Amino acid sequence: MWELLVAPFADFGFMRRALVGCLAISLGAAPVGVFLMLRRMSLTGDAMAHAILPGAALGYLAAGLSLTAMTLGGLAAGLAVALLSGVASRATALREDATLAAFYLISLALGVLMVSMRGGAVDLMHVLFGTVLALDDAALTLLCAIATVTLLALAAFFRPLVLECVDPGFLRSVGGPSAGVHFLFLALAVLNLVGGFHALGTLMAVGIMILPAVAARFWARSIVGLIAVAAVTAAGSGAAGLLLSFHLGLPSGPSIILVAGGAVVLSLFCGPVGGVLPRLARRTHLEA
Amino acid sequence: MSSAALRLKNLTLGYDRHPAVHHLDATIAAGSMTAIVGPNGAGKSTLLKAVAGALAPLAGAVCFDGPRPQLAWLPQAAEVDRSFPLSVGEFAAMGLWSRIGVFGGLRRADRARLAAALDAVGMAGFAHRPIGALSGGQMQRTLFARLLLQDAGLILLDEPFVAIDARTTADLMALVARWRGEGRTVVAVLHDMEMVRAHFPETLLLARELIAHGLTADALSAANLLRARAMVEAPDPFAPVCERGAA
Repeated sequence: MWELLVAPFADFGFMRRALVGCLAISLGAAPVGVFLMLRRMSLTGDAMAHAILPGAALGYLAAGLSLTAMTLGGLAAGLAVALLSGVASRATALREDATLAAFYLISLALGVLMVSMRGGAVDLMHVLFGTVLALDDAALTLLCAIATVTLLALAAFFRPLVLECVDPGFLRSVGGPSAGVHFLFLALAVLNLVGGFHALGTLMAVGIMILPAVAARFWARSIVGLIAVAAVTAAGSGAAGLLLSFHLGLPSGPSIILVAGGAVVLSLFCGPVGGVLPRLARRTHLEA
Repeated sequence: MSSAALRLKNLTLGYDRHPAVHHLDATIAAGSMTAIVGPNGAGKSTLLKAVAGALAPLAGAVCFDGPRPQLAWLPQAAEVDRSFPLSVGEFAAMGLWSRIGVFGGLRRADRARLAAALDAVGMAGFAHRPIGALSGGQMQRTLFARLLLQDAGLILLDEPFVAIDARTTADLMALVARWRGEGRTVVAVLHDMEMVRAHFPETLLLARELIAHGLTADALSAANLLRARAMVEAPDPFAPVCERGAA
């Protein structure tokens, strides 16, 4: 058991670093994912990830495999798309899903254009699939900083964020920071996706955000419960995925996401809150 | 509780340039209790929306004598996401926003007020139930409890008693009547003429245009109601540009 579960982390520094990175991502991304899911914005994360890709690619083209350049590029592209789509949906008749689709597609096309103009054949595998097994000190610091900022921001703006989710019209009518909270939340989503792509790649970063939240829906009823279950699921998926990839020689990013996906499927059947099997079970009912 | 008079100055509201409220001039006195009555599509909800500041006028203005009062608005179709995991107590407590804001905590007095508000709308035993488990009428009562906690000077109610049973309606109506004694201004869109005649001293009869505004008995005269009923509901796609007030 020790050999199977602990030895890889005890014996290899890169596994320990990967584990720390995964835990940091889990703490930040899982709560953001819970709110994305509750706001029916689960696919928004995916769109945001696509919006980030060109920025990161541009950073890579400008400065090579530089953490700073790729982080700043990704952040800039993601925030620009979030801001533009938010402003456009509030200023025009279009809904936010349509404006977001429009702007992320523009961003994606621009990115592909820029990459191909530089002669293509760029090693973008790093951006697409991440390098969780090669996280250096700077990357780990960045991931931990992002998790810290995310948790502090969510704690500070928890009340207006919940209000904005449940009854945005009310928040506006009492003069609450409706638009401000919305953009802050989108910024947190972008921040966590940018952090996630260093470890898991842009395509997989969404997975660690959304999958644990979806699984949590089957186990918890309250927001705090959802966030707790999602964070634990994400962290567990990270550890289990790393072990799986270590023992079976699989790529680590997809392994982590597949474990999280397994958690979703398991919850789908067994979760006590609306899962398939508990629904099938004939239950007694109360007097009143 | 002080409130400023509400002045609607040559107010035109609408969607896609078609007016839903057309050149409305009216003053609603501070501390008054006014019913807004009219047929479907008369612009009643649109008017409340504009007073609440959620809709910009096509022309004219909504003004207050003095500073804009604390305002509580119970929309006809509140955009509440009822699948969100929130309890009835937590939901109603949102009404305390103007006091607690983003960071403030709930004091003992706030919790007592919350309990009293839930009790007043007959939802005392529901504080820990999720809002997703409520019936339509129970949700409306919960919205009413939130409104109570807002402690506003100007209260806008849009068909507040829809889907609420007779007993609770009577209880809530008594609450609304008490607000008047506290100096709050109440403006309510209502369809129940008996209730309007019994409880609302003033009535604004609206059918896109202002039909009548004044003491309820006068405003709801047979002749006025007949005129209100004659309103053409559908917009005219070939309507010319309105020239009224252009000079």
